[in-house]
Amino acid sequence: MNRRTILAITRKDLMEVRHNGMAWKPMLIVPLIFVVLLPLAVIIGPSLLNFPPDALTRDPDIQMFLDNMPPAMKAQTEGLDDHQMGIVLILGFMFAPMMLIIPVMVASIIGSESFVGEKERRTIEPLLYTPATERELFIGKMLAAVLPALAVCWGSFLLYTLIVNVAGGPVMGRFWFPSVVWIPLMLWVAPAIAVLGMTGAVFISSRVGTFMEAYQSTGLLVLPVILLVIAQAAGVVYLNVEIALVVGLAMWLIDAGLLALSLRTFSRAALMARV
Amino acid sequence: MQEAIRADALIRQFGIIRAVNEVSFAVEPGEVFGMLGPNGAGKTTLVRLLNGVIEPDGGAARVLGFDPRTQGEDVRRQTGVLTETPALYERLSARDNLLFFGALYGVPQADLPRRVDDLLERFGLADRANDRAGGYSKGMKQRLALARTLIHQPRLLFFDEPTAGLDPEAALQVTTLIQELSHRDGRTVFLCTHNLEEAQRLCDRVAVINQGRLLAVGTAEQLARGLWQGLWVDVSLLAPSDGLAERLRVLPGVLDISADGLELAVQVAEEAAIPGLVAGLVAAGAPVKRVSPREHSLQEIYFKLQEEARS
Repeated sequence: MNRRTILAITRKDLMEVRHNGMAWKPMLIVPLIFVVLLPLAVIIGPSLLNFPPDALTRDPDIQMFLDNMPPAMKAQTEGLDDHQMGIVLILGFMFAPMMLIIPVMVASIIGSESFVGEKERRTIEPLLYTPATERELFIGKMLAAVLPALAVCWGSFLLYTLIVNVAGGPVMGRFWFPSVVWIPLMLWVAPAIAVLGMTGAVFISSRVGTFMEAYQSTGLLVLPVILLVIAQAAGVVYLNVEIALVVGLAMWLIDAGLLALSLRTFSRAALMARV
Repeated sequence: MQEAIRADALIRQFGIIRAVNEVSFAVEPGEVFGMLGPNGAGKTTLVRLLNGVIEPDGGAARVLGFDPRTQGEDVRRQTGVLTETPALYERLSARDNLLFFGALYGVPQADLPRRVDDLLERFGLADRANDRAGGYSKGMKQRLALARTLIHQPRLLFFDEPTAGLDPEAALQVTTLIQELSHRDGRTVFLCTHNLEEAQRLCDRVAVINQGRLLAVGTAEQLARGLWQGLWVDVSLLAPSDGLAERLRVLPGVLDISADGLELAVQVAEEAAIPGLVAGLVAAGAPVKRVSPREHSLQEIYFKLQEEARS
Protein backbone atom coordinates (compact mmCIF):
# COMPACT_ATOMS: atom_id res chain seq x y z
CA MET A 1 0.00 0.00 0.00
CA ASN A 2 1.24 3.43 -0.94
CA ARG A 3 1.16 5.92 1.92
CA ARG A 4 1.43 8.92 -0.40
CA THR A 5 -1.64 7.81 -2.35
CA ILE A 6 -3.65 7.31 0.84
CA LEU A 7 -2.66 10.70 2.23
CA ALA A 8 -3.40 12.41 -1.10
CA ILE A 9 -6.93 10.99 -1.05
CA THR A 10 -7.44 11.98 2.59
CA ARG A 11 -6.12 15.47 1.95
CA LYS A 12 -8.27 15.94 -1.14
CA ASP A 13 -11.42 14.78 0.65
CA LEU A 14 -10.72 17.10 3.57
CA MET A 15 -10.17 20.02 1.19
CA GLU A 16 -13.51 19.26 -0.44
CA VAL A 17 -15.26 19.19 2.94
CA ARG A 18 -13.60 22.46 3.90
CA HIS A 19 -14.93 24.09 0.74
CA ASN A 20 -18.42 22.72 1.34
CA GLY A 21 -20.03 24.76 4.10
CA MET A 22 -23.18 22.67 3.93
CA ALA A 23 -21.14 19.70 5.07
CA TRP A 24 -19.11 21.15 7.93
CA LYS A 25 -21.34 23.82 9.45
CA PRO A 26 -23.86 21.36 10.94
CA MET A 27 -20.89 19.40 12.28
CA LEU A 28 -19.94 22.35 14.45
CA ILE A 29 -23.40 23.45 15.57
CA VAL A 30 -24.27 20.20 17.37
CA PRO A 31 -20.98 20.04 19.33
CA LEU A 32 -21.33 23.69 20.30
CA ILE A 33 -24.79 22.99 21.73
CA PHE A 34 -23.49 19.94 23.62
CA VAL A 35 -20.32 21.39 25.00
CA VAL A 36 -21.17 25.05 25.53
CA LEU A 37 -24.88 25.73 25.82
CA LEU A 38 -26.04 22.65 27.74
CA PRO A 39 -23.33 22.67 30.44
CA LEU A 40 -23.79 26.41 30.97
CA ALA A 41 -27.53 25.87 31.28
CA VAL A 42 -26.98 23.15 33.90
CA ILE A 43 -24.47 25.17 35.91
CA ILE A 44 -25.90 28.67 35.69
CA GLY A 45 -29.53 27.85 34.86
CA PRO A 46 -30.80 26.90 38.35
CA SER A 47 -29.57 30.11 39.97
CA LEU A 48 -30.79 32.25 37.05
CA LEU A 49 -34.26 30.73 37.19
CA ASN A 50 -34.29 30.70 41.03
CA PHE A 51 -34.78 26.93 41.24
CA PRO A 52 -34.21 25.48 44.71
CA PRO A 53 -30.79 23.73 44.78
CA ASP A 54 -32.37 20.37 45.48
CA ALA A 55 -34.91 20.62 42.60
CA LEU A 56 -33.04 17.99 40.64
CA THR A 57 -32.14 15.55 43.36
CA ARG A 58 -35.75 15.51 44.63
CA ASP A 59 -36.99 14.19 41.30
CA PRO A 60 -38.18 10.56 41.85
CA ASP A 61 -36.40 9.29 38.68
CA ILE A 62 -33.13 10.85 39.75
CA GLN A 63 -33.64 9.41 43.21
CA MET A 64 -34.04 5.95 41.66
CA PHE A 65 -30.93 6.56 39.56
CA LEU A 66 -28.99 7.48 42.67
CA ASP A 67 -30.32 4.55 44.70
CA ASN A 68 -29.32 2.01 42.04
CA MET A 69 -25.87 3.47 41.39
CA PRO A 70 -22.97 1.02 41.69
CA PRO A 71 -20.93 1.68 44.86
CA ALA A 72 -17.86 2.85 42.95
CA MET A 73 -19.84 5.54 41.20
CA LYS A 74 -21.69 6.45 44.35
CA ALA A 75 -18.35 7.11 46.00
CA GLN A 76 -17.76 9.94 43.52
CA THR A 77 -20.91 11.72 44.68
CA GLU A 78 -20.22 11.34 48.42
CA GLY A 79 -20.26 14.61 50.32
CA LEU A 80 -21.70 16.73 47.53
CA ASP A 81 -24.46 19.22 48.16
CA ASP A 82 -27.62 19.26 46.03
CA HIS A 83 -26.37 21.76 43.44
CA GLN A 84 -23.01 19.99 43.14
CA MET A 85 -24.80 16.64 42.86
CA GLY A 86 -26.93 17.97 39.98
CA ILE A 87 -23.85 19.13 38.11
CA VAL A 88 -21.91 15.89 38.62
CA LEU A 89 -24.89 13.71 37.72
CA ILE A 90 -25.82 15.56 34.56
CA LEU A 91 -22.50 16.79 33.28
CA GLY A 92 -20.31 14.00 34.62
CA PHE A 93 -22.49 10.95 34.01
CA MET A 94 -25.54 11.64 31.85
CA PHE A 95 -23.74 13.67 29.20
CA ALA A 96 -20.95 11.15 28.78
CA PRO A 97 -22.70 8.97 26.18
CA MET A 98 -24.17 12.05 24.49
CA MET A 99 -20.68 13.21 23.62
CA LEU A 100 -20.41 10.07 21.48
CA ILE A 101 -23.01 11.47 19.10
CA ILE A 102 -20.31 13.85 17.83
CA PRO A 103 -17.89 11.32 16.24
CA VAL A 104 -20.64 9.18 14.74
CA MET A 105 -22.33 12.26 13.27
CA VAL A 106 -19.19 13.85 11.81
CA ALA A 107 -17.84 10.57 10.40
CA SER A 108 -21.13 9.62 8.79
CA ILE A 109 -21.66 13.04 7.19
CA ILE A 110 -18.18 13.09 5.67
CA GLY A 111 -18.40 9.39 4.80
CA SER A 112 -21.64 9.83 2.86
CA GLU A 113 -20.39 12.98 1.16
CA SER A 114 -17.10 11.42 0.12
CA PHE A 115 -18.41 8.10 -1.19
CA VAL A 116 -21.83 8.98 -2.62
CA GLY A 117 -20.73 12.51 -3.50
CA GLU A 118 -17.99 11.20 -5.80
CA LYS A 119 -20.47 8.87 -7.44
CA GLU A 120 -23.09 11.59 -7.82
CA ARG A 121 -20.67 14.06 -9.41
CA ARG A 122 -19.08 11.26 -11.50
CA THR A 123 -15.62 12.21 -10.20
CA ILE A 124 -15.24 8.58 -9.16
CA GLU A 125 -14.58 7.63 -12.80
CA PRO A 126 -11.21 9.39 -13.30
CA LEU A 127 -10.29 8.20 -9.81
CA LEU A 128 -10.86 4.58 -10.82
CA TYR A 129 -8.66 5.04 -13.89
CA THR A 130 -5.67 5.83 -11.65
CA PRO A 131 -3.32 3.12 -10.39
CA ALA A 132 -4.58 3.63 -6.80
CA THR A 133 -5.81 0.32 -5.42
CA GLU A 134 -9.29 -0.15 -3.98
CA ARG A 135 -7.76 -0.57 -0.53
CA GLU A 136 -5.78 2.69 -0.82
CA LEU A 137 -8.89 4.54 -1.99
CA PHE A 138 -10.94 3.09 0.84
CA ILE A 139 -8.40 3.79 3.58
CA GLY A 140 -7.77 7.32 2.28
CA LYS A 141 -11.46 8.05 2.38
CA MET A 142 -11.88 6.37 5.74
CA LEU A 143 -9.18 8.56 7.29
CA ALA A 144 -10.81 11.64 5.78
CA ALA A 145 -13.97 10.80 7.69
CA VAL A 146 -12.52 9.40 10.93
CA LEU A 147 -9.76 11.94 11.58
CA PRO A 148 -12.01 15.04 11.57
CA ALA A 149 -14.60 13.11 13.58
CA LEU A 150 -12.02 12.45 16.28
CA ALA A 151 -10.63 15.96 16.03
CA VAL A 152 -14.07 17.49 16.55
CA CYS A 153 -14.87 14.99 19.32
CA TRP A 154 -11.63 15.49 21.23
CA GLY A 155 -11.70 19.24 20.65
CA SER A 156 -15.25 19.33 21.99
CA PHE A 157 -14.20 17.25 24.97
CA LEU A 158 -11.39 19.68 25.82
CA LEU A 159 -13.73 22.64 25.50
CA TYR A 160 -16.31 20.83 27.62
CA THR A 161 -13.68 20.10 30.27
CA LEU A 162 -12.71 23.74 30.33
CA ILE A 163 -16.29 25.02 30.53
CA VAL A 164 -17.57 22.65 33.22
CA ASN A 165 -14.49 23.26 35.37
CA VAL A 166 -14.36 27.04 34.93
CA ALA A 167 -18.10 27.74 34.98
CA GLY A 168 -18.69 25.06 37.60
CA GLY A 169 -15.70 26.16 39.67
CA PRO A 170 -17.62 28.45 42.06
CA VAL A 171 -20.15 25.69 42.79
CA MET A 172 -17.78 22.74 42.93
CA GLY A 173 -14.87 24.53 44.53
CA ARG A 174 -12.34 22.44 42.65
CA PHE A 175 -11.41 21.03 39.23
CA TRP A 176 -13.57 17.92 39.29
CA PHE A 177 -13.87 16.92 35.61
CA PRO A 178 -13.17 14.56 33.83
CA SER A 179 -14.00 11.53 35.89
CA VAL A 180 -12.13 8.32 35.10
CA VAL A 181 -14.87 6.86 32.84
CA TRP A 182 -14.27 9.60 30.27
CA ILE A 183 -10.80 8.28 29.49
CA PRO A 184 -11.88 4.95 27.90
CA LEU A 185 -14.89 6.75 26.48
CA MET A 186 -12.75 9.24 24.54
CA LEU A 187 -9.81 6.99 23.70
CA TRP A 188 -11.51 3.62 23.13
CA VAL A 189 -15.22 4.13 22.43
CA ALA A 190 -15.07 7.41 20.46
CA PRO A 191 -12.65 6.08 17.78
CA ALA A 192 -14.76 2.90 17.49
CA ILE A 193 -17.87 4.94 17.05
CA ALA A 194 -16.21 7.23 14.48
CA VAL A 195 -15.26 4.15 12.46
CA LEU A 196 -18.84 2.91 12.90
CA GLY A 197 -20.18 6.19 11.50
CA MET A 198 -17.85 5.97 8.54
CA THR A 199 -18.27 2.26 7.71
CA GLY A 200 -22.00 2.55 8.26
CA ALA A 201 -22.09 5.49 5.86
CA VAL A 202 -20.08 3.56 3.25
CA PHE A 203 -22.32 0.53 3.68
CA ILE A 204 -25.49 2.60 3.32
CA SER A 205 -23.95 4.70 0.53
CA SER A 206 -23.33 1.63 -1.60
CA ARG A 207 -27.05 0.97 -1.51
CA VAL A 208 -28.47 4.39 -2.19
CA GLY A 209 -28.17 6.70 -5.15
CA THR A 210 -27.86 10.23 -3.84
CA PHE A 211 -26.01 12.09 -1.12
CA MET A 212 -29.29 13.21 0.46
CA GLU A 213 -30.56 9.62 0.71
CA ALA A 214 -27.25 8.55 2.26
CA TYR A 215 -27.24 11.52 4.60
CA GLN A 216 -30.76 10.73 5.81
CA SER A 217 -30.15 7.01 6.17
CA THR A 218 -26.92 7.47 8.10
CA GLY A 219 -28.97 9.31 10.74
CA LEU A 220 -29.85 5.78 11.89
CA LEU A 221 -26.25 5.30 12.99
CA VAL A 222 -26.83 7.66 15.92
CA LEU A 223 -29.37 5.15 17.31
CA PRO A 224 -26.90 2.97 19.28
CA VAL A 225 -25.63 6.10 21.02
CA ILE A 226 -29.16 7.33 21.74
CA LEU A 227 -29.97 3.89 23.18
CA LEU A 228 -26.96 4.20 25.47
CA VAL A 229 -28.11 7.65 26.63
CA ILE A 230 -31.63 6.32 27.34
CA ALA A 231 -30.33 3.16 29.01
CA GLN A 232 -28.22 5.20 31.37
CA ALA A 233 -30.93 7.76 32.07
CA ALA A 234 -33.34 4.91 32.82
CA GLY A 235 -30.84 3.37 35.22
CA VAL A 236 -30.47 0.21 33.11
CA VAL A 237 -26.80 0.86 32.40
CA TYR A 238 -24.38 2.83 34.55
CA LEU A 239 -21.52 3.85 32.35
CA ASN A 240 -18.36 3.00 34.25
CA VAL A 241 -14.92 2.03 33.00
CA GLU A 242 -15.79 -1.68 32.59
CA ILE A 243 -19.03 -0.93 30.71
CA ALA A 244 -17.20 1.60 28.51
CA LEU A 245 -14.59 -1.02 27.63
CA VAL A 246 -17.29 -3.58 26.78
CA VAL A 247 -19.33 -1.09 24.74
CA GLY A 248 -16.14 -0.10 22.90
CA LEU A 249 -15.28 -3.72 22.20
CA ALA A 250 -18.79 -4.37 20.85
CA MET A 251 -18.46 -1.31 18.60
CA TRP A 252 -15.07 -2.44 17.31
CA LEU A 253 -16.49 -5.88 16.50
CA ILE A 254 -19.40 -4.31 14.59
CA ASP A 255 -16.82 -2.08 12.85
CA ALA A 256 -14.79 -5.11 11.78
CA GLY A 257 -17.88 -6.75 10.29
CA LEU A 258 -18.98 -3.58 8.51
CA LEU A 259 -15.44 -2.92 7.27
CA ALA A 260 -15.26 -6.40 5.75
CA LEU A 261 -18.66 -5.90 4.11
CA SER A 262 -17.77 -2.40 2.87
CA LEU A 263 -14.46 -3.53 1.42
CA ARG A 264 -16.26 -6.27 -0.47
CA THR A 265 -18.69 -3.78 -2.02
CA PHE A 266 -15.86 -1.32 -2.69
CA SER A 267 -14.53 -2.98 -5.82
CA ARG A 268 -13.54 -1.05 -8.91
CA ALA A 269 -15.93 -2.98 -11.12
CA ALA A 270 -18.86 -2.52 -8.71
CA LEU A 271 -18.17 1.20 -8.36
CA MET A 272 -17.74 1.67 -12.11
CA ALA A 273 -20.94 -0.21 -12.81
CA ARG A 274 -22.85 2.49 -10.93
CA VAL A 275 -21.24 5.43 -12.75
CA MET B 1 7.77 -3.23 -32.16
CA GLN B 2 5.28 -4.32 -29.53
CA GLU B 3 1.69 -3.32 -30.22
CA ALA B 4 0.28 -0.65 -27.91
CA ILE B 5 -3.04 -2.49 -27.69
CA ARG B 6 -4.10 -5.94 -28.77
CA ALA B 7 -7.62 -7.18 -28.17
CA ASP B 8 -8.51 -10.76 -28.95
CA ALA B 9 -12.19 -11.69 -29.06
CA LEU B 10 -13.01 -9.51 -26.05
CA ILE B 11 -16.47 -10.07 -24.60
CA ARG B 12 -18.31 -8.14 -21.91
CA GLN B 13 -21.85 -8.92 -20.95
CA PHE B 14 -24.21 -6.73 -18.88
CA GLY B 15 -27.21 -8.89 -18.05
CA ILE B 16 -28.63 -10.07 -21.33
CA ILE B 17 -26.86 -7.34 -23.30
CA ARG B 18 -23.49 -8.08 -24.83
CA ALA B 19 -21.87 -4.64 -24.70
CA VAL B 20 -18.65 -5.90 -26.30
CA ASN B 21 -18.99 -8.89 -28.57
CA GLU B 22 -15.83 -10.75 -29.61
CA VAL B 23 -13.93 -7.61 -30.48
CA SER B 24 -10.44 -8.04 -31.93
CA PHE B 25 -8.06 -5.34 -33.13
CA ALA B 26 -4.54 -4.02 -32.65
CA VAL B 27 -3.20 -0.49 -32.22
CA GLU B 28 0.36 0.34 -33.22
CA PRO B 29 2.56 2.56 -31.07
CA GLY B 30 2.35 6.24 -32.02
CA GLU B 31 -0.81 5.99 -34.09
CA VAL B 32 -4.12 7.75 -33.56
CA PHE B 33 -6.69 5.00 -33.61
CA GLY B 34 -10.35 5.93 -33.81
CA MET B 35 -13.14 3.81 -32.40
CA LEU B 36 -16.26 5.02 -34.17
CA GLY B 37 -19.79 4.14 -33.30
CA PRO B 38 -23.09 5.54 -32.09
CA ASN B 39 -23.85 6.11 -28.40
CA GLY B 40 -24.14 2.80 -26.61
CA ALA B 41 -22.11 0.95 -29.23
CA GLY B 42 -19.65 -0.34 -26.63
CA LYS B 43 -16.83 2.21 -26.96
CA THR B 44 -16.69 3.25 -23.29
CA THR B 45 -16.99 -0.36 -22.12
CA LEU B 46 -14.00 -1.16 -24.31
CA VAL B 47 -11.95 1.65 -22.69
CA ARG B 48 -12.85 0.31 -19.26
CA LEU B 49 -11.89 -3.23 -20.24
CA LEU B 50 -8.57 -2.13 -21.72
CA ASN B 51 -7.72 -0.21 -18.55
CA GLY B 52 -8.56 -3.13 -16.28
CA VAL B 53 -11.34 -1.23 -14.54
CA ILE B 54 -13.85 -3.93 -15.40
CA GLU B 55 -13.15 -7.53 -16.31
CA PRO B 56 -14.03 -9.22 -19.59
CA ASP B 57 -16.35 -12.20 -19.69
CA GLY B 58 -14.29 -13.69 -22.48
CA GLY B 59 -11.29 -13.08 -24.70
CA ALA B 60 -8.04 -11.39 -23.75
CA ALA B 61 -6.17 -8.10 -24.13
CA ARG B 62 -2.64 -6.79 -23.87
CA VAL B 63 -2.09 -3.10 -23.27
CA LEU B 64 1.51 -1.87 -23.42
CA GLY B 65 2.52 -5.47 -22.83
CA PHE B 66 0.37 -5.94 -19.72
CA ASP B 67 -2.79 -7.96 -19.21
CA PRO B 68 -5.39 -5.46 -17.95
CA ARG B 69 -7.29 -8.22 -16.16
CA THR B 70 -4.40 -9.17 -13.88
CA GLN B 71 -2.06 -6.18 -14.21
CA GLY B 72 -4.55 -3.33 -14.16
CA GLU B 73 -2.37 -1.12 -11.97
CA ASP B 74 0.60 -1.48 -14.36
CA VAL B 75 -1.65 -0.58 -17.28
CA ARG B 76 -3.21 2.42 -15.54
CA ARG B 77 0.19 3.74 -14.48
CA GLN B 78 1.00 4.25 -18.19
CA THR B 79 -2.36 5.19 -19.63
CA GLY B 80 -4.31 8.40 -19.36
CA VAL B 81 -8.06 8.42 -19.80
CA LEU B 82 -10.09 11.49 -20.67
CA THR B 83 -13.60 10.55 -19.63
CA GLU B 84 -16.70 11.66 -21.49
CA THR B 85 -17.43 14.35 -18.90
CA PRO B 86 -14.52 16.32 -17.40
CA ALA B 87 -15.50 15.03 -13.91
CA LEU B 88 -13.32 17.54 -12.07
CA TYR B 89 -13.33 18.28 -8.36
CA GLU B 90 -15.20 21.51 -8.86
CA ARG B 91 -14.70 22.82 -5.34
CA LEU B 92 -10.93 22.56 -5.76
CA SER B 93 -8.69 24.79 -7.83
CA ALA B 94 -7.20 23.67 -11.15
CA ARG B 95 -3.82 23.40 -9.44
CA ASP B 96 -5.18 21.24 -6.60
CA ASN B 97 -6.95 18.98 -9.09
CA LEU B 98 -3.67 18.38 -10.90
CA LEU B 99 -1.59 18.01 -7.72
CA PHE B 100 -4.04 15.39 -6.47
CA PHE B 101 -3.95 13.28 -9.61
CA GLY B 102 -0.19 13.70 -9.89
CA ALA B 103 0.21 12.17 -6.44
CA LEU B 104 -2.15 9.31 -7.30
CA TYR B 105 -0.22 8.54 -10.49
CA GLY B 106 3.01 8.54 -8.53
CA VAL B 107 4.63 11.60 -10.16
CA PRO B 108 7.77 12.25 -8.04
CA GLN B 109 7.00 14.84 -5.39
CA ALA B 110 9.99 16.95 -6.44
CA ASP B 111 8.79 17.18 -10.06
CA LEU B 112 5.09 17.61 -9.44
CA PRO B 113 4.74 21.39 -8.85
CA ARG B 114 6.81 22.20 -11.94
CA ARG B 115 4.93 19.71 -14.06
CA VAL B 116 1.60 21.15 -12.89
CA ASP B 117 2.77 24.68 -13.75
CA ASP B 118 3.93 23.55 -17.20
CA LEU B 119 0.59 21.91 -17.95
CA LEU B 120 -1.39 24.89 -16.71
CA GLU B 121 0.72 27.08 -18.97
CA ARG B 122 0.42 24.76 -21.96
CA PHE B 123 -3.36 24.52 -21.64
CA GLY B 124 -3.83 28.26 -21.14
CA LEU B 125 -5.03 27.96 -17.55
CA ALA B 126 -2.08 29.53 -15.71
CA ASP B 127 -3.89 32.82 -15.07
CA ARG B 128 -6.72 31.07 -13.30
CA ALA B 129 -4.77 28.20 -11.77
CA ASN B 130 -5.93 28.97 -8.25
CA ASP B 131 -9.61 29.50 -9.13
CA ARG B 132 -12.11 26.81 -8.37
CA ALA B 133 -12.62 24.52 -11.35
CA GLY B 134 -16.39 24.82 -10.89
CA GLY B 135 -16.21 28.40 -12.15
CA TYR B 136 -14.53 27.46 -15.43
CA SER B 137 -16.23 27.49 -18.84
CA LYS B 138 -16.93 24.14 -20.53
CA GLY B 139 -13.89 24.50 -22.77
CA MET B 140 -11.61 25.35 -19.86
CA LYS B 141 -12.91 22.39 -17.89
CA GLN B 142 -12.19 20.10 -20.81
CA ARG B 143 -8.67 21.53 -21.13
CA LEU B 144 -8.10 20.98 -17.42
CA ALA B 145 -9.36 17.41 -17.77
CA LEU B 146 -6.89 16.97 -20.64
CA ALA B 147 -4.08 18.34 -18.48
CA ARG B 148 -5.10 15.87 -15.76
CA THR B 149 -4.88 13.07 -18.32
CA LEU B 150 -1.29 14.07 -19.10
CA ILE B 151 0.02 14.72 -15.58
CA HIS B 152 1.94 11.42 -15.45
CA GLN B 153 3.11 11.62 -19.09
CA PRO B 154 1.30 8.45 -20.18
CA ARG B 155 2.44 6.54 -23.25
CA LEU B 156 -1.10 5.66 -24.26
CA LEU B 157 -4.05 8.05 -24.18
CA PHE B 158 -7.73 7.17 -24.27
CA PHE B 159 -10.05 9.99 -25.26
CA ASP B 160 -13.76 9.32 -24.87
CA GLU B 161 -15.76 11.82 -26.94
CA PRO B 162 -13.28 14.62 -26.19
CA THR B 163 -15.21 17.36 -27.98
CA ALA B 164 -18.76 16.38 -27.05
CA GLY B 165 -20.75 19.42 -26.01
CA LEU B 166 -17.98 21.94 -26.79
CA ASP B 167 -18.48 25.00 -28.99
CA PRO B 168 -16.57 24.90 -32.31
CA GLU B 169 -13.70 27.05 -31.02
CA ALA B 170 -13.17 24.97 -27.88
CA ALA B 171 -13.54 21.77 -29.94
CA LEU B 172 -10.84 22.99 -32.34
CA GLN B 173 -8.50 23.74 -29.44
CA VAL B 174 -8.98 20.22 -28.12
CA THR B 175 -8.45 18.50 -31.47
CA THR B 176 -5.34 20.60 -32.09
CA LEU B 177 -3.99 19.46 -28.74
CA ILE B 178 -4.69 15.83 -29.60
CA GLN B 179 -2.80 16.26 -32.87
CA GLU B 180 0.14 17.75 -30.99
CA LEU B 181 0.15 14.91 -28.51
CA SER B 182 0.33 12.35 -31.21
CA HIS B 183 2.47 14.03 -33.87
CA ARG B 184 4.78 16.14 -31.72
CA ASP B 185 4.99 13.99 -28.58
CA GLY B 186 4.65 10.60 -30.29
CA ARG B 187 2.00 9.25 -27.95
CA THR B 188 -0.47 6.57 -28.96
CA VAL B 189 -4.05 7.80 -28.97
CA PHE B 190 -7.20 5.70 -28.76
CA LEU B 191 -10.03 8.04 -29.70
CA CYS B 192 -13.66 7.09 -29.11
CA THR B 193 -15.99 9.32 -31.04
CA HIS B 194 -19.13 9.56 -33.06
CA ASN B 195 -17.89 12.78 -34.61
CA LEU B 196 -16.82 11.54 -38.04
CA GLU B 197 -15.26 14.78 -39.22
CA GLU B 198 -13.08 14.82 -36.15
CA ALA B 199 -12.10 11.20 -36.72
CA GLN B 200 -11.26 11.90 -40.38
CA ARG B 201 -9.00 14.77 -39.36
CA LEU B 202 -7.26 13.01 -36.48
CA CYS B 203 -7.12 9.27 -37.02
CA ASP B 204 -4.53 7.22 -38.85
CA ARG B 205 -6.80 4.17 -38.69
CA VAL B 206 -10.31 3.60 -37.47
CA ALA B 207 -12.52 0.79 -36.28
CA VAL B 208 -16.28 0.96 -36.60
CA ILE B 209 -18.31 -0.60 -33.83
CA ASN B 210 -22.04 -1.08 -33.42
CA GLN B 211 -23.99 -2.98 -30.78
CA GLY B 212 -20.75 -4.31 -29.39
CA ARG B 213 -19.58 -5.81 -32.68
CA LEU B 214 -16.62 -4.54 -34.65
CA LEU B 215 -17.74 -3.95 -38.24
CA ALA B 216 -14.38 -3.05 -39.80
CA VAL B 217 -10.84 -1.89 -39.01
CA GLY B 218 -8.36 -0.05 -41.23
CA THR B 219 -7.44 3.23 -42.90
CA ALA B 220 -10.27 5.09 -44.61
CA GLU B 221 -8.83 3.95 -47.94
CA GLN B 222 -8.69 0.31 -46.90
CA LEU B 223 -12.25 0.44 -45.62
CA ALA B 224 -13.48 2.09 -48.82
CA ARG B 225 -11.75 -0.55 -50.91
CA GLY B 226 -13.55 -3.23 -48.99
CA LEU B 227 -16.90 -1.56 -49.46
CA TRP B 228 -16.86 -0.39 -53.03
CA GLN B 229 -15.57 -2.18 -56.11
CA GLY B 230 -12.70 -0.29 -57.74
CA LEU B 231 -12.05 3.41 -57.49
CA TRP B 232 -13.75 6.32 -59.20
CA VAL B 233 -11.60 8.97 -60.87
CA ASP B 234 -13.14 12.30 -61.88
CA VAL B 235 -11.79 13.82 -65.10
CA SER B 236 -12.59 17.43 -66.06
CA LEU B 237 -11.98 18.62 -69.61
CA LEU B 238 -11.48 22.13 -70.97
CA ALA B 239 -13.26 21.25 -74.26
CA PRO B 240 -15.25 18.28 -75.61
CA SER B 241 -13.20 15.39 -76.97
CA ASP B 242 -14.97 13.09 -79.44
CA GLY B 243 -14.75 9.36 -78.88
CA LEU B 244 -12.70 9.79 -75.69
CA ALA B 245 -14.91 7.54 -73.56
CA GLU B 246 -14.62 4.67 -76.03
CA ARG B 247 -10.81 5.01 -76.20
CA LEU B 248 -10.51 5.01 -72.40
CA ARG B 249 -12.91 2.07 -71.95
CA VAL B 250 -10.41 -0.34 -73.52
CA LEU B 251 -7.50 0.69 -71.28
CA PRO B 252 -6.27 -1.97 -68.86
CA GLY B 253 -7.86 -1.65 -65.39
CA VAL B 254 -10.75 0.56 -66.52
CA LEU B 255 -14.08 -0.93 -65.40
CA ASP B 256 -16.69 1.66 -66.29
CA ILE B 257 -17.10 5.19 -67.62
CA SER B 258 -19.90 7.70 -67.41
CA ALA B 259 -19.72 11.03 -69.22
CA ASP B 260 -21.64 14.23 -68.58
CA GLY B 261 -20.53 17.08 -70.85
CA LEU B 262 -16.99 18.06 -69.89
CA GLU B 263 -17.02 15.82 -66.82
CA LEU B 264 -16.11 12.12 -66.95
CA ALA B 265 -16.24 9.60 -64.12
CA VAL B 266 -13.96 6.66 -64.73
CA GLN B 267 -14.06 3.55 -62.54
CA VAL B 268 -10.69 1.81 -62.32
CA ALA B 269 -9.96 -1.52 -60.63
CA GLU B 270 -7.26 -0.13 -58.34
CA GLU B 271 -5.09 2.89 -57.68
CA ALA B 272 -2.29 1.44 -59.85
CA ALA B 273 -4.49 1.87 -62.94
CA ILE B 274 -4.55 5.68 -62.59
CA PRO B 275 -1.17 6.36 -64.33
CA GLY B 276 -2.37 4.26 -67.31
CA LEU B 277 -5.58 6.30 -67.41
CA VAL B 278 -3.64 9.59 -67.40
CA ALA B 279 -1.35 8.27 -70.17
CA GLY B 280 -4.46 7.25 -72.17
CA LEU B 281 -5.94 10.75 -71.78
CA VAL B 282 -2.71 12.34 -72.99
CA ALA B 283 -2.39 9.88 -75.88
CA ALA B 284 -5.96 10.68 -76.94
CA GLY B 285 -5.05 14.38 -76.99
CA ALA B 286 -7.83 15.19 -74.51
CA PRO B 287 -7.71 18.82 -73.18
CA VAL B 288 -7.47 17.69 -69.54
CA LYS B 289 -8.10 20.29 -66.87
CA ARG B 290 -8.03 18.02 -63.81
CA VAL B 291 -7.80 14.33 -62.84
CA SER B 292 -8.78 13.53 -59.29
CA PRO B 293 -9.35 10.17 -57.66
CA ARG B 294 -12.58 10.30 -55.69
CA GLU B 295 -11.94 9.56 -52.01
CA HIS B 296 -14.77 8.28 -49.91
CA SER B 297 -15.27 10.34 -46.80
CA LEU B 298 -15.26 8.57 -43.47
CA GLN B 299 -18.87 9.57 -43.20
CA GLU B 300 -19.78 7.65 -46.38
CA ILE B 301 -17.75 4.69 -45.21
CA TYR B 302 -19.32 4.76 -41.76
CA PHE B 303 -22.90 4.88 -43.01
CA LYS B 304 -22.24 2.23 -45.63
CA LEU B 305 -20.83 -0.06 -42.91
CA GLN B 306 -23.76 0.59 -40.59
CA GLU B 307 -26.17 -0.02 -43.47
CA GLU B 308 -24.48 -3.31 -44.37
CA ALA B 309 -24.53 -4.35 -40.71
CA ARG B 310 -28.29 -3.70 -40.58
CA SER B 311 -28.95 -5.68 -43.71
